[in-house]
Amino acid sequence: MTRWLAALLAGAVFGAGLALSRMTDPNIVLGFLDVAGDFDPRLAFVLAGAVVTTLIAFRLVLRRGRPWLADRFRLPLARTIDPPLVVGALLFGVGWGLAGYCPGPALVGAAAGVDSALIFVAAMLAGSLLQGMTSRGRAT
Amino acid sequence: MNFGSALAGGVLIGLAAAALLLFNGRIAGISGIVNGLATKDRDELGWRIAFLLGLAGGGVLVMKLTGQASASPASLPVLLLAGLLVGFGTRLGSGCTSGHGVCGLGRLSLRSLVAVIAFMAAAILTVYVIRHVPGATA
Repeated sequence: MTRWLAALLAGAVFGAGLALSRMTDPNIVLGFLDVAGDFDPRLAFVLAGAVVTTLIAFRLVLRRGRPWLADRFRLPLARTIDPPLVVGALLFGVGWGLAGYCPGPALVGAAAGVDSALIFVAAMLAGSLLQGMTSRGRAT
Repeated sequence: MNFGSALAGGVLIGLAAAALLLFNGRIAGISGIVNGLATKDRDELGWRIAFLLGLAGGGVLVMKLTGQASASPASLPVLLLAGLLVGFGTRLGSGCTSGHGVCGLGRLSLRSLVAVIAFMAAAILTVYVIRHVPGATA
């Protein structure tokens, strides 16, 4: 129960950060990606603020042997740069550039009742399920 | 333009990711959290739903307070295609802007750096084609 409350709080701060930084506005996201046109540099500050914070804070947190409310840290174990990583990231990038939504801001926009975000999230969940089904067919 | 709120929002995102790692030992990657919802493990499901409810609540609250209601300029077919690509791609590539960008770069993960370069390049190129190549529209 405490674990769920902690996750709820972390999620709320994360969502507040997305909206405060205007990541939730696809037009601003697309303006940032439009380097050859009317470039809007704001999102560089979002990414810089977030990454500098995690660079420092993750180091401090991981210095501890274990998390406060769980038995161990669950970090990604994969190390190899393989085709799924690169192809997946490229496909994601094309989708991000087409709509101006990545998963977090799209979920917030959908929760706020923005039509384009609701449509995008429905398709995003379908895309994820589709990938899950195709990968289950292969030995991994 | 307000760079201060962009920077402050970024710091909040970073602090939230650090809090989830400190409390729950988990990486705050939104696509990963969503994809992990397909589980029968009650505790595993619980923290994911709680995080996503918090994300929606905190995000919607600040959107309302700052008077945001902007929609994507993309048309319906393009929105559907974009959503499919983002859902499929983030699962295949094991992460999105938050998992690879905010958390992966914070952990100095080479895999995440490669992913970030790939998705940023693809996104920039896509916007370039839509906005600056004659005849292409979204």
